[in-house]
Amino acid sequence: MAAFTHPNHGKYKVIGTRPIRHDGEDKVTGRARYGADVHQPGMLHGAVLRSPHAHGRILSVDTSRAEALPGVRAVATAKDLPELPDKVMASGEGIENQRYMSTRILAGEKVLFKGHPIATVAADDPWIAQDAAALIEVKYEVLEPVLDVLKAMEDGAPRLHDKITATLMGKKEQVDSNVCLHTRFQAGDPEAGFAEADLVIEREFRTKTVHQGYIEPHHATALALSDGQITIWTSTQGAFAVREQVATVLKKELSKIKVIPMEIGGGFGGKIPVYLEPLAVLLSEKSGKPVKMTMSRADIFQATGPASASASRVKFGFKKDGTIIAATFWAAYEAGAYPNIYGMMGAMCVLAPYKIPNGQVDVYDVMTNTPKVAAYRAPSSPQALFGVESVMDEASKALGIDPIELRLMNAAEEGEQRIDGLKWPRIGMIETLEAARDSAHYKSPAPSGPNQARGLAIGFWVNAGMQSSATVGINMDGTANVVTGSVDIGGSRASMAIMAAETLGLKAEEVRPSVGDTDSIGHTDITAGSRTTYATGHAVYLASLDAIEQMKPRVAKLWDCDPAEVVFEEGAFRSTKNGQEPMTVRQLGPKLPATGGPVQGQGSLMATAQGSGFGLHIADVEVDPDTGKTTILRYTAVQDVGTAIHPAYVEGQIIGGATQGIGWALNEEYVHGDKGELLNTGFLDYRMPTTLDVPVIETILVEVPNPGHPYGVRGVGETPIVPPLGTMGNAIAGAIGVRIRELPLSPPRVQAAIAAKENAAGKTEAARETTAKPVPAQS
Amino acid sequence: MKPLQFSAPTSLDEALSLLSGAGDGAGVLSGGTDLIIQYREGHRALGQMVDIKKIPELNVLEFDPASGLRLGAAVSCAVLGEFAPARRHFPGLVESAELIGSTQIQSRATVGGNLCNGSPAADSVCSLMVLNAVCIVAGSGGKREIPAVEFMTGPGRTALQAGELLLEIRVPPPPPNSSDAYLRFIPRNEMDIAVAGAAVALTLEDDKRTVKTASTAICAVAPTPLMVPEAGAALTGAQMDDAALDAAARASEAAANPISDMRGTVEFRIHLAGVLTRRAAVIAKNRAAAN
Amino acid sequence: MSMDTKRIVTASINGAEISVMADNRMSLLEMLRDAAGLTGTKEGCMTGDCGACSVMMNGRVVDSCLVMAAEAEGAEIETVEGIADGKNLHPLQRKFLEHAALQCGICTPGFLVSAKALLEKNPDPSDAETRYWLAGNLCRCTGYQQIIDAVRDAAAEMRSSAK
Repeated sequence: MAAFTHPNHGKYKVIGTRPIRHDGEDKVTGRARYGADVHQPGMLHGAVLRSPHAHGRILSVDTSRAEALPGVRAVATAKDLPELPDKVMASGEGIENQRYMSTRILAGEKVLFKGHPIATVAADDPWIAQDAAALIEVKYEVLEPVLDVLKAMEDGAPRLHDKITATLMGKKEQVDSNVCLHTRFQAGDPEAGFAEADLVIEREFRTKTVHQGYIEPHHATALALSDGQITIWTSTQGAFAVREQVATVLKKELSKIKVIPMEIGGGFGGKIPVYLEPLAVLLSEKSGKPVKMTMSRADIFQATGPASASASRVKFGFKKDGTIIAATFWAAYEAGAYPNIYGMMGAMCVLAPYKIPNGQVDVYDVMTNTPKVAAYRAPSSPQALFGVESVMDEASKALGIDPIELRLMNAAEEGEQRIDGLKWPRIGMIETLEAARDSAHYKSPAPSGPNQARGLAIGFWVNAGMQSSATVGINMDGTANVVTGSVDIGGSRASMAIMAAETLGLKAEEVRPSVGDTDSIGHTDITAGSRTTYATGHAVYLASLDAIEQMKPRVAKLWDCDPAEVVFEEGAFRSTKNGQEPMTVRQLGPKLPATGGPVQGQGSLMATAQGSGFGLHIADVEVDPDTGKTTILRYTAVQDVGTAIHPAYVEGQIIGGATQGIGWALNEEYVHGDKGELLNTGFLDYRMPTTLDVPVIETILVEVPNPGHPYGVRGVGETPIVPPLGTMGNAIAGAIGVRIRELPLSPPRVQAAIAAKENAAGKTEAARETTAKPVPAQS
Repeated sequence: MKPLQFSAPTSLDEALSLLSGAGDGAGVLSGGTDLIIQYREGHRALGQMVDIKKIPELNVLEFDPASGLRLGAAVSCAVLGEFAPARRHFPGLVESAELIGSTQIQSRATVGGNLCNGSPAADSVCSLMVLNAVCIVAGSGGKREIPAVEFMTGPGRTALQAGELLLEIRVPPPPPNSSDAYLRFIPRNEMDIAVAGAAVALTLEDDKRTVKTASTAICAVAPTPLMVPEAGAALTGAQMDDAALDAAARASEAAANPISDMRGTVEFRIHLAGVLTRRAAVIAKNRAAAN
Repeated sequence: MSMDTKRIVTASINGAEISVMADNRMSLLEMLRDAAGLTGTKEGCMTGDCGACSVMMNGRVVDSCLVMAAEAEGAEIETVEGIADGKNLHPLQRKFLEHAALQCGICTPGFLVSAKALLEKNPDPSDAETRYWLAGNLCRCTGYQQIIDAVRDAAAEMRSSAK
């Protein structure tokens, strides 16, 4: 595809404005209908029996007492699922082996994490369903669980699966191991590079499992008719992804299933895998009635896919002038209970932001007795760049080079080859760093009080393209209706309307955007990967152009001229012969019936030219040395967004992503008991930031248009979660004078680090006192 | 989950008769912010809930300079927080009550419920203890008094007998030049359970500098909130100098006997008990001096 | 003693007297959503930790997941569905839209109810007061800034129109 040149960048009529979102009034009046708001006549309520053990063999499942309970209409177990092949399929942003997908939905021989579904029940009310689930008797052989990624890699570690097909450095092998994937990328000669280096820093880092923490629980309602037609109402990041997964796990044809995406209350990557949908369909097939399934918050924390815990080793070699001469990264990423590829995504990201002539990346995806890890906003990049950016911060201090200058002199740019083999297209890393350097925040003096400091770090995410479809229908008054297959998780209807309006010469308010179900629009991949405004926006653009092409002959008919003489420029049809007044789409609309009938533009594409996103965050912090608690005094987020279609929602993505990253850095973590059970299964002890935990986050939008999109759009949503981990780590290291390389930087960990530093200093002090004159004790 | 009976008696006698003999199967519903979660999550298997908020005796809220504060067991923390005499005379008690949960929780949660729930981390209980509060309870055998310091007997356990109901809490009037303070530590700035907490109530001499009497208590660092008389003694007679504050902090650290759990380690909690005692003492003293 | 385990609960909901059959095990949240059909109030956690289910009950904002349905007998309840004045959006609703103070929208009903309660008590809240009042409402999308701005902007507009 020819690169787009964006001659109108900065001069758009609708792009860059901030119209009220089209679905806004529904969402501020309580009318918007989410997954939980589905009610079907005669609906049954489902419940799930989940494993109380993190690891075990299922010896027997007896559902007879549950089935006998009055009000119970259906019970299903793994026996009700079809046998599936040992075959890997793409699933959302990740992958799923069909055989494992089935046992993930309902455990067969083994339970692999606490909360693993074993059986499901549909009953007349939710209390009966829960009581019935509790009456199902399961006998287990309890096995030792393994939760830590490094322990899971050891030879004698408990094995989750007897034999797995692992991909080790590109080769598929049958192995008896918890390592399901080993990704290696290489460039140049790292050892020779380190030998040439004037400064080598090698450090180890740990991060804990964290959850997306969307506020809306998972819900699914299904109705299976006796003729095989299935309807599913659910909140999901992708109606088509749900359809494909359900069809796979239940062996159905895609055309038999209709998925109606309800409004979705947050996902961040976590609402791509199906959990409840196949169960609802199974129970509806058995009972003949619609079945609604819901998850409690505790179920969500312990049985849906969080983001990987990680262990990593980062080694960077620098020349005296700050040039990076070599870098290596070794890491183990938690895969959860089934084969996964999130570590590989970290491998793609970790060295990409910098020019690295000699490098090696070795990343292992390691299975543990935890739920299968899922995508979480820039999946796996935060863990990787936490280590890299900590090392960059240490290097900047050791070399005496300003941290932004150090990053600028090593910044990736167009034409450079990444360690994973890809060549950078036009990217905005340098522009982002320059904007950060020139920002009011960075130019202001760094806080200099006791226990205060400034920190900064960059973030990067590759962003996704994938498949999208859109239609643009021209109404008889010249307004337009846009339908896409992308669920609107954060204002994308407004973005679609803006891009259609810009293309068609309409106002944003003259376009009605909507989200289609799987029957009403062509295949569209998930709302994820920061791809919706980019890829689905491109589909909307193509559909708008298609509508314009269809309208040109109509205009020609009205003008009694050759269609080739009609062009669409600056929002109106114009004659190249200058004989006619320009005609807008609004003016043409009423004349469509008389000139040939309705016009509907189609647009669909496999988008592959997504632009990657770079950001840099700056934080000023103060740490309470007595409690270890960090207060953020000032925070700025700078990001290359390509083109901001609706700047208010672009800023919202950046502020929201930064807030999630701050939560990850400071307090969020899964805490497990010694039997592998998750202890903090609610919002009380899984501590996401409240209004009082985040400061005003200033945003600076840098616009380096993506040549792969007609309006220069880059994905925005994911990048901003990446920088906060390094930013907070670096700021806190400056504030307390000691660096912590394990997340979260929670008060007890920070306080312990301060105490350890003081103890060490005290010992040194005591040693000195043997020779120096004693001074009076001070409190 | 078995069917539930629900009643909202409008008199004390009616409530006591509902509760008598019902045992653990009857839950006393005041603000419900603990009970409803325990019920729903299966930690309390209830066949019956008795809503006590319609009983007049449990809604008393009065302050008399001679007899002190009367705080009905069903009075929400939000209502207590809006009661000016309580804010003026017992700012530490009010702040400890107002730290319990969000605005929404404040509308429902009660100090009485905080006592009866029996949590080692009960914020307001620490304050009641240092203020020498007394709990008035009623059962089929009549009314009796339980000092706040004796009310909680272990995690989730209280001195209430089966069928007994907490009616009100009485806090004696503060002597001149007195005030109190409560501080807790939580990882976030809202919505968490205390990792550790400390309350200090003290009276200054007429010089408004020297501590005449002081009492301190700590919570979330032992099976129940704990009085630390040694810390109070360390402050007494002193002028909030570093030596006295250090001694008080060390006394709290010595008294703390915490467990490690997902909210904090033993070491961190012991450390915090000292930090919070020290900080709360300074606040209480400044308040008393300003009185 | 024999008592019913279900009951008819009659309450004033958004100004209308409504009677619904509620199981005694139901929370007010479930009663509003499942029995009264008012699904604007959202469930986020069922433990009082997220505020998505905030409603006004007898003049105070509560988490409706931590109120039993039976407690609503005779109560005055206001939900997100009752905030607008007929077809006129409440200033808070308009300002939430103008400030892009919602992304997915699931926490929005709870924030609106809670914010309205704040402005009824304090017509000119500071940034800190607004943040403190709203700390029991979790939002995972916005990072809160636009919400705080919207609430304070609505307060300013309401103060100037009250003059």
